[in-house]
Amino acid sequence: MKKITFGGVVLVAVCLVMGMMTFPSWGADVIKVGVIGPMNFVQGKNHWNGALMAADEINSKGGIQVGNKKMKIELVKADSNEFLNITDATNAMQRIITRDKVDFIVGGFRSEAVLAMQDIAMDYKKIFIDCGAAAPELCQKVADDYGRYKYFFRGTPFNSHYLGKTCFIQMATVGAILKKALGIPQVKVAVVAEKAMWADPMIKAAQGLIPKMGMELAGVWRPSATATDVTAILSAIQSSHAQMIFTIFSASVGITFARQAGELKIPAVQVGINVEAQKDGFWEATQKKGDYVMQLDTYCQGVNYNDLTAHFVDGYVKRFGETPEYNAATYDAILYGLAPTIEQAGTLDADKIVSILEKRVYKNSAGTVKYMVDDKGRQTHDLTWGPGYETGIGAQWQNGKKMGVWPNHWVAAKGAPEVTYSGIVPYKIPPWVLEAYKK
Amino acid sequence: MAVNILISGLISGSMYALLAIGFSLIFGVARIVNIAHTAFYMLAAYCIFFITEKMGLNPIIAMVTAVLLVTLLGLIVYMLFIKPIREHEAAVLIGTIALAIAMQEVMLLVFSGSFRSVPSLIDGYFPLLGVKVFYQQLLTFIVVLLTLAALWILLMKTKLGLAVRSTAEDREVANLMGMNESRVTMIAMGISVGLAALTGAVVVPLAIVSPFMWMDPLIIMMAVVVLGGLGSIKGSFIGAYMMGFAEALVVFLIPKGAFLKGPVALSVMILVLLIRPEGLFGVAFEEER
Repeated sequence: MKKITFGGVVLVAVCLVMGMMTFPSWGADVIKVGVIGPMNFVQGKNHWNGALMAADEINSKGGIQVGNKKMKIELVKADSNEFLNITDATNAMQRIITRDKVDFIVGGFRSEAVLAMQDIAMDYKKIFIDCGAAAPELCQKVADDYGRYKYFFRGTPFNSHYLGKTCFIQMATVGAILKKALGIPQVKVAVVAEKAMWADPMIKAAQGLIPKMGMELAGVWRPSATATDVTAILSAIQSSHAQMIFTIFSASVGITFARQAGELKIPAVQVGINVEAQKDGFWEATQKKGDYVMQLDTYCQGVNYNDLTAHFVDGYVKRFGETPEYNAATYDAILYGLAPTIEQAGTLDADKIVSILEKRVYKNSAGTVKYMVDDKGRQTHDLTWGPGYETGIGAQWQNGKKMGVWPNHWVAAKGAPEVTYSGIVPYKIPPWVLEAYKK
Repeated sequence: MAVNILISGLISGSMYALLAIGFSLIFGVARIVNIAHTAFYMLAAYCIFFITEKMGLNPIIAMVTAVLLVTLLGLIVYMLFIKPIREHEAAVLIGTIALAIAMQEVMLLVFSGSFRSVPSLIDGYFPLLGVKVFYQQLLTFIVVLLTLAALWILLMKTKLGLAVRSTAEDREVANLMGMNESRVTMIAMGISVGLAALTGAVVVPLAIVSPFMWMDPLIIMMAVVVLGGLGSIKGSFIGAYMMGFAEALVVFLIPKGAFLKGPVALSVMILVLLIRPEGLFGVAFEEER
């Protein structure tokens, strides 16, 4: 009989260990949730932190009741690197499904990447809750090909059509305040949008809607998304005598613009989308020049959509030292979306969970979730927007602190009740704007 | 508007001049196409961010430290990665691309992808012919002019400058004349990276610090160098201001097309390559040694 060598033993041991590491924990009492996002960026960090909070809350209570057993949540982190490379995102999605054998997936940020990742998740019939991309196409696919795309749900934000609608409502609100405070017959609006495809339809909508809203369009400016000097644009805006700047920014130009506009004291208020202004780091990034910038937002400490908001936002701030961004809604997706649905289904079977989840109407930290059906009555798995559901907020930087300023006595339609979330404070006009229009 | 264009063109042109002259210098002396040049600029910006925002030290100390540290790093990189392959131009080109990406990834890991900024040395602005000009812009412009003047004196009025220019003119002959070509190359690399770091140091209060901030200036710098003539310091200087003013003209005259400044720079580069491949002041390829 051949003698067993030491090398042979080591080889077998290594193979065994590697095998144990590679194969999934079949039969283990855990539910694996993949958290996919750009982990080196603030969005991915929020994806992960939100999921971590949800998992800890569930696990501290013993887990999720699935049939007759309790199953704990196990998170699997996947870096999609989707800002830099969409192929990395699809590879990460493939990996967490085939190698890590996740049961559910939450996350995603860029629409282009989520569209690509969506198809992979659907190939494997995995429930994928999007916590970042706003493209309406994602949910249109659910309506058009329900059999294939029914495993996809929107977690946050509401789709870009409603994002635009909310921005224009906020613009009209600030316009009315300006008109009254500055004593001007008509507000002039400058539209400044970064050069990116997602901003194009918003510019078109702004050009059409601004005159209809009783305001005047002063012009449209398109800096590069990474511009480091916008003084030229600011000079032109000042020359145009615009009192309001409607911003459409998702990249670093949002910091440059706010910093330089604040430093030069341009006599016009900023309202619109400025993703960088949603972050706590905005104040430091603008070197404290970002005061009075107002942007569409989701979370702001002290502003509560309902009784669940403070628990999440305060808990997040306490644990991670900063206000959550909308991508942290992985918390809602797991804690209020998946967990109760799994318990109700009593199984991890994706089809059963889909059929329950799409019919549920439930509260989460950002409002009430009700999945929409389209005008043909088809399921879209898209979020219902509006009072009583999800609306987002308008936040403004006031003395270095992000404050909620909208909705403040907002009446969505004639005869509808006023909406004001708790913690909302009045909007403030920058003193240099008031000074410029002092009579 | 003319004043706007003038100021914006001068500031951008000065920044591109500092970057392009450093890039041209090391190419002229050692035929090293250092794609990682603007990555050193990014490293200097992070260094200043770290020292001022994380350690709370004075911005001037941060700037001096950043220039010294990054220059030292540049020399180490040259000794370890570039020198062994410098005779193979394609290998240097590919190697320095890899190096730049590696630096970007390291910064991404250490500082994440969040956008950062550092405070201006002098806050506020002053009106100049109806245009608001930041004090920081004026300071940047003055520092750039002083640096360029110092560099001109170094290159034109000192023995070291003579050695550098001779090596750039003809490496073999300079060697035969008793100049230590290897040492001159090393010094040129130090000056080149030092200039990139200095650009980062003076521009950082006007810029957004991110691991990807090296890419945009790289494209413009390449366009400047091609326009001025690869290896020509005088050409880089003039090309930088031409590009700076072209950029300012695009931003001011086409508000909806402000983002086109990058494509304009690339178009200039392609046109020059097609019409006059040697650039404004470069040596024609067929005449090269």
